[in-house]
Amino acid sequence: MPYNEPSPLETRVLTRRFGLPNSASIDAYLATDGYAAFRKALGMRPEEIIEQVKISNLRGRGGAGFPAGLKWGFVPRSSPKPKYVVANADEGEPGTCKDRLLMEYDPHSLLEGMLIAGLAVGARAGYIYIRGEYRYIIEIMDRAIAEAGERGFLGKNILGSGFDFDAYTHTGAGSYECGEESALLESLEGKRGVPRIRPPFPAVVGAFGCPTVLNNVETFCAVPSIIRDGGAAFAALGTPKNGGTRLFCVSGHVNRPGVYELPMGFNLLRMINDVAGGVRGGKRLKAVMPGGSSCPVLRAEECDIAMDFDSLAKAKSMLGSGGVVVMDEDTCMVKAVMRIMKFYQHESCGWCIPCREGTLWLKKLLVRCHDGMGRRSDIDLIGELARNMLGRTFCPLGDAAAMPTISFVEKFREEFEAHLDGEPCPFEKSPAPVAV
Amino acid sequence: MTFSAELEAKFTRLVKSYPAGRERAALIPMLLYAQDEVGSMTPELVEEVSRRLGITPLEVDEVISYYTMLRRKPAGKHHIQICTNISCMLLGGEELWEHACRKLDIGNKEVTADGQFSLEEVECLGACSWAPALQVNYDYHHNMTPEKLDQLIDSLRKTH
Repeated sequence: MPYNEPSPLETRVLTRRFGLPNSASIDAYLATDGYAAFRKALGMRPEEIIEQVKISNLRGRGGAGFPAGLKWGFVPRSSPKPKYVVANADEGEPGTCKDRLLMEYDPHSLLEGMLIAGLAVGARAGYIYIRGEYRYIIEIMDRAIAEAGERGFLGKNILGSGFDFDAYTHTGAGSYECGEESALLESLEGKRGVPRIRPPFPAVVGAFGCPTVLNNVETFCAVPSIIRDGGAAFAALGTPKNGGTRLFCVSGHVNRPGVYELPMGFNLLRMINDVAGGVRGGKRLKAVMPGGSSCPVLRAEECDIAMDFDSLAKAKSMLGSGGVVVMDEDTCMVKAVMRIMKFYQHESCGWCIPCREGTLWLKKLLVRCHDGMGRRSDIDLIGELARNMLGRTFCPLGDAAAMPTISFVEKFREEFEAHLDGEPCPFEKSPAPVAV
Repeated sequence: MTFSAELEAKFTRLVKSYPAGRERAALIPMLLYAQDEVGSMTPELVEEVSRRLGITPLEVDEVISYYTMLRRKPAGKHHIQICTNISCMLLGGEELWEHACRKLDIGNKEVTADGQFSLEEVECLGACSWAPALQVNYDYHHNMTPEKLDQLIDSLRKTH
């Protein structure tokens, strides 16, 4: 493994080919049941395919956790318009680095998942929208598409079934916002990545004004095993309403950071301590962002929790995109949220004023607080400003910036207070000002 | 404006990837692939791409201004992009960034006088579990330290 050693605690379904020699090649794929699920799906009715995905309790792995089978079911098959399948490979949520590995080591599983989605909704073309920085991944996917075409798994009359399907890669060019589904579709059409007003949702009016199934890479990669082994088998791996496994990207202050495939509902403390080797240098755990930077932070004492969508929602956080950012006792929480806000301010597309202005003001306030120049009233002002952004934007970026901010202020108020009155940051070894 | 045969073939393939009448969809890939060859979004390139896709140069410009990877000015031969976002920050991304600025004596989005190197502080590169991370052009370098960065810069200098 070129990235991190696997853990014996993993349940390897989507990552089972990782580490096999030449695992990205179609020969390695075919030798390990590759395209068997697609062959099976060719003999199924579209409703049967969608039913299995529903039974699997597969929920969107991009962050929102929407049930994939339900999403597929929204596509009007009877529409006379062409339909499209779009894979979101824009992976930009800070803390997240899993789709990259899936495409690097198992690109054909993505293609097979998209083919099965195409059968289910009657689509004949699929686009893989890949962030521009992942150029080598685009090359891997292009090779996989060419190989699949040569072996008759893409193109016209696939395996003599009468089903036609073509797949294409499409590069982004640097924009977090394009990971949001409607902005992604705008970008796919050659425009600025600003969100669309919904409804209509992409299932009805998506790519090129046509019905579209749009899912995260990991969601599509789960589909072959669901069709091959049945939705119930996949569902049984996880917890109720949270089927299967998930790729968790553990980063930050742990001994063995890495991407690990674990069953839904895996305990977060166990993930940190037993899978990722515990907090580095014998330090104590302070906080975790459990699903990427958009998710409200958990204090150490909140981390004895099952990692599934519903348990995290109950704890007023989110499972998000699977990015588990671990912070030890020496981490300055004001600095952490300041850096995150700098990111959201940079990435806000500017379409909705509460997000465009809110992220800028929050950044200014957080920088001021971290520099020791904040006023006591700023602490409440940060929370109030963030709360005023909630639900007031066309896409979730405004909420994604506001929600963690509110949680940092609520849960680590004492650290904000420790930065008042011109005091240097208590966590800074050398009080050098941070360039923002 | 002429491009290499390879890039022309890519353009032809790209335009055919989208539904008839929706060729504009090729715009962002065309711009990024062209930038790799031309170096930056020159007025000639904007003109040429707009002509090929049947849209106005203004429509091309408004797309360029949105995407961070599309540059108005050329970068150095080795464009070093250092992530300082949360996961990288926790493991020394900022120190790495400051070290790079000192070492090359340039700031964000600046190019060294000899045109060999440029620096950019970037947002999450999708390498969080192998932080801190950076990219030189499109190549990833993981688990970086200031010492490893020194070695990398020295080796790139030798290759010219």
